[in-house]
Amino acid sequence: MAEYKWPEEGKRTHIGKRISRIDGPDKVSGRAKYTYDINRPGMLFAKVVRSPYARAKVVSIDTSVAEKMPGVKAVKIIQEPGKEIQWAGDGIVTVVAETEGQAEDAARAVKVQYEKLTHFVNEQNWDTIPEANRRAPSQNVNGDPDKAFKEADIIFEGAYGNEVITHCCLEPHGLVAEWEGDNNLLVHQSTQSVSANGGQFAQALGIPAGNVRMKMEHIGGGFGSKFPVDSWGIEAARLSKMAGGKPVKLMLERDAELMVAGSRPSLFSKVRVAAKKDGTILGWESQTWGSGGVGNFNFAGLLPYIFRAGVENRKETFSVIGTNTGPQRAWRAPNHPQACLVTMSALDDLAAELKIDPLDLFMKNIDKTGARANVYRDELLKAAEMIEWKKLWRPRGEGAPGSSKTVKRGLGLSIHTWGGQGHASDCDLTIHPDGSVEVKMGTQDLGVGTRTVLAIVAAETLGLPLDAVKVHIGDNRFPVSGGSGGSTTVGGISSSTRRAAVDALTALFEKVAPAMNTAPDKLEAVGGAIRLIEDPSKSMTWKQACAKLGSQPLTTRGKNPDAGKGTLTTGGVGGVQMADVSVDIETGVVKMNNFVAAQDCGLIIDMKTCESQVFGAMIMGVTFALYEERVMDAQTGKMLNPNMEFYRLAGLADIGNFKVHMMTGKGYDERGVIGIGEPPTVSPGAAISNAVANAIGVRVPSIPLTPDRVLAALEKKGGANAKV
Amino acid sequence: MSSSDERSDKPDQGGVSRRNFLKGTSLALTIPLVAGGENEVKAAGAEVPILGPGNVNITLNINGVAKQVSVEPRVTLLDALRNDLDITGAKRVCDRATCGACTMIVDGKPVYSCTTLAVEAQGKKIRTVEGLEQNGKLHPVQKAFWDNDAQQCGFCTPGFVMACTALLEKHPAPTPEQIELGVGGNLCRCGTYVGIKAAIAQASGQIRKRGPAKLTRGGKSNG
Repeated sequence: MAEYKWPEEGKRTHIGKRISRIDGPDKVSGRAKYTYDINRPGMLFAKVVRSPYARAKVVSIDTSVAEKMPGVKAVKIIQEPGKEIQWAGDGIVTVVAETEGQAEDAARAVKVQYEKLTHFVNEQNWDTIPEANRRAPSQNVNGDPDKAFKEADIIFEGAYGNEVITHCCLEPHGLVAEWEGDNNLLVHQSTQSVSANGGQFAQALGIPAGNVRMKMEHIGGGFGSKFPVDSWGIEAARLSKMAGGKPVKLMLERDAELMVAGSRPSLFSKVRVAAKKDGTILGWESQTWGSGGVGNFNFAGLLPYIFRAGVENRKETFSVIGTNTGPQRAWRAPNHPQACLVTMSALDDLAAELKIDPLDLFMKNIDKTGARANVYRDELLKAAEMIEWKKLWRPRGEGAPGSSKTVKRGLGLSIHTWGGQGHASDCDLTIHPDGSVEVKMGTQDLGVGTRTVLAIVAAETLGLPLDAVKVHIGDNRFPVSGGSGGSTTVGGISSSTRRAAVDALTALFEKVAPAMNTAPDKLEAVGGAIRLIEDPSKSMTWKQACAKLGSQPLTTRGKNPDAGKGTLTTGGVGGVQMADVSVDIETGVVKMNNFVAAQDCGLIIDMKTCESQVFGAMIMGVTFALYEERVMDAQTGKMLNPNMEFYRLAGLADIGNFKVHMMTGKGYDERGVIGIGEPPTVSPGAAISNAVANAIGVRVPSIPLTPDRVLAALEKKGGANAKV
Repeated sequence: MSSSDERSDKPDQGGVSRRNFLKGTSLALTIPLVAGGENEVKAAGAEVPILGPGNVNITLNINGVAKQVSVEPRVTLLDALRNDLDITGAKRVCDRATCGACTMIVDGKPVYSCTTLAVEAQGKKIRTVEGLEQNGKLHPVQKAFWDNDAQQCGFCTPGFVMACTALLEKHPAPTPEQIELGVGGNLCRCGTYVGIKAAIAQASGQIRKRGPAKLTRGGKSNG
């Protein structure tokens, strides 16, 4: 009976090492083909006419001029007259033409008349939100919060906010759709869900699910926003049919990508914390609200973030605010970054109020984090050492060493959690008689190193070098694997591949054992050879062994989960981040000095790409902590910055120095493989906001910490000339 | 704030960038634009070729190879390569000279090809990411990006590779300020800057060891 477990530390050839991603050469050379790069014979281009109004009724649509324009092959109305539009940028009409220019011209020639209706797009201030836009509030009371607040030595009150941000994938959402005959659809789509989306197309188009072929080699970012086939995906397929089945490419323009293809909900809060003098948290009260645009989202049940497990006396209310903006979509670790900002800011402010080092306050309450308290303790100590917390930290407003009259330095910290247990995944592993090995799976590599993980696990199990394994993904004809969300991919795909490889090797041993005069269970695969465990000198090369298969390749299917075949993935991680910033109190500009992380994620398959995930998440975090926000204009209801000049991402010069420490070895490795894409995106807003508060002596209530917000906070405190 | 870099959205001083073209069209309305392609009119004393509005046949020198293509004059260099020549390494992201994903090297200078007209790139040496490998071997900058995992989704990577190549051809041992300026016009969403900084350090070290002459196809460095 084969054993399904991960190899022990001393017996790993590839797992846990620093391995360069196997598709790296394709990406650095421009050979990697993304959906946007797909050029098919006779391909047509689609453009979308979009509503300029946040809320309006479509009165009439005239496509007659557009239809007769050069190169135009089809014009299709998506929203008929009479339909009420709920957000600016929603698609009204699609046109398809031979060239992009012709399609743009035709889209401009479509005449749509609207009846403008009132809209609401700014939900930051609770008092100005119309009653009609406040949807059913939820309330959650636990223990006896009133009593806790009565008995507290101190009650701290604060208000914190996160603005809406958009996913801003560099490759926009989109696809190339084409028909093969009347009944078969081929789709190249930029998606986080290759295996599942065929069925969605089939259902919408009335064809059997098996008739839809989905393909995607590479994807230029998703971050949670690229799961569905999307209304425009279905429209592209329909336009292709109208144009005789010719391939139709529909990729969102940059402004549409930012307006309609995904956003992270805002979250605003008023918080009260009850505590003892020594910093022990006794109770929590929060009123929160936020908007996912026209979409719904549920935030209840997360506050106080992480410490909820040990803060029994708490009361939280939450209201979803409806706004006339594009619908929200999952954004890395949905709801966690917002919950983290609210909680960690409040606790940091509480520490400042009590004149306690926040590191001490967190340590004091660490048991309230629940089952992983020891992990957080270790990670807090590790991160503190990395950033030299004890040496550099000064009480709020005093300025860390290096501060000047106008530039103040400060430190801040935050902790976070996430699940990340592996999703359902099937893997086919084939050993050919010539010794070559293939892995096939209907998964997708979002840039996290999925291909590389598959190669590492298969090569490790079979005792082969990495390049002996050929990996095929990104096709719904391959065995079904889950969508890439929730950091569930690496645990799922590594587990199914491990099991497939173990089974394949067991089958190969059975073929080889007679020739080596031994029993199959006396064999092992190491260093490109099959050999006797007891006597490694008796061996056969991998090639010779595979020749024993005869003419038939050997294919095994591995599954995750698979009852009776061990547990190779679990969920639940911790992480600590600490930021060191300098703030110019005359300009309000925040500069990152150092940013460190201590993070666990169970058994790490590839240390190099794993660390990249943490670095990347933190850099994305610097962006949402300091720069990015969707700015909605109250008057016109439009997004004011649907572009990359004013929807600002951090550049290379903005990030400062980074250090990442992955927690590995005993206590971590035996947990199996756990996802890493999301957890480190949670803390940056809180850690950086706390560092800024520590530097300037006052809380900037909302992120991003733009110069205007920093100056406004200083102003409230007495301006740049105030003693800080 | 991220510093703006030395990149130009026009191939040279005399060229017509899409930005300038768009700015100029409102002023040019008094001159009847003649369709057909080969006509020339006098405007402000200079010989100005009038192209379009239909397709014009142009020749582009891409990675040392002359490529014929028929495009409307409004088509950008980026779109001509991506849509008409199937050279898709350079990416279209912001489409307005902000993010650098479309970066190509034109006559030795890094250029935003999303904001450069194809017709204006005639007669110039256009280098794209596809042209960096030699004899199937990655260019030192490409190798450094791979070694240091300076990529995740990889959509910004070709633009960064070209911007870094142009930077190191001009400054083989760049100062931190030159690095910030040289790639300040490129943006990454996944957050690969830690890897990119390490990649620039590695490539710079190799290039200094080998000499800049080995860097460039044809053996000529800029700068």
